[in-house]
Amino acid sequence: MPDDPTYESEVRIPSDTALGLRVQEQIIEVLRSHQFSDKTIFGIRLAMEEAIINAIKHGNKQDLEKFVQVRYTINEEHFLIEIEDEGPGFDPEDVPDPTAPENLERPSGRGLLLMRAYMTECDFLRGGNICRMRRIRE
Amino acid sequence: MPPTQRRIETEEIGDVTVVRFVDRRILDEQNIQLIGDQLFALVDEDHRTKILLDFGSVEYLSSAALGKLLNLNKKVDKMQGQLRLCRIKPEILEVFQITRLDKVFSIYEDQGIALESFR
Repeated sequence: MPDDPTYESEVRIPSDTALGLRVQEQIIEVLRSHQFSDKTIFGIRLAMEEAIINAIKHGNKQDLEKFVQVRYTINEEHFLIEIEDEGPGFDPEDVPDPTAPENLERPSGRGLLLMRAYMTECDFLRGGNICRMRRIRE
Repeated sequence: MPPTQRRIETEEIGDVTVVRFVDRRILDEQNIQLIGDQLFALVDEDHRTKILLDFGSVEYLSSAALGKLLNLNKKVDKMQGQLRLCRIKPEILEVFQITRLDKVFSIYEDQGIALESFR
């Protein structure tokens, strides 16, 4: 475990999915160095991928002049991440339940479902522009 | 323009096309697009109607990739074909279970049993 038990970082990227993937890889490395288990990292990676892609594609509509801000904290208790876009926001309540039989083959809502399933908490703030997710250590 | 990189490998076993994925992580947006295009071409251009997707090498899968699989399933259905999935790692299987897509796709543990299911 690193000397300082709390690690904080922040990165701001243009709305490019390749850059989003690079940020994820960097965060995964930090999680590994803080002894998060492979199983926990698997879930965090999936949830982060979905949240960052949502911010870039659905939030900022892949407009390279718009940015995605990623802030995260790791401590002995948890991993906390906030992903903020510059888009119009959205109401998560409007997203259909993808597990309802009539929606099973529809494209939307599955990413949000995975984020909620793999993270301990997943909330949307400021009209849906900020996704805050927390994962408690096992 | 550089040639498009193959993101899937195919093998004909009897009348079944077995598909293996080149990537361990099916997360990257551009790769997912390529994988989708190459899978769809099996049906639209090569007219394959019995397809077995072998997930033995896949370690991560995003919801965008699941969307492509659903579209492939629809295409195969439309051609009155059959799509099967096999050798999905437990962590990935959990993704199918959470999204209830384990109810939509025919999933087999073993490639041999999956192949037999086509007959």
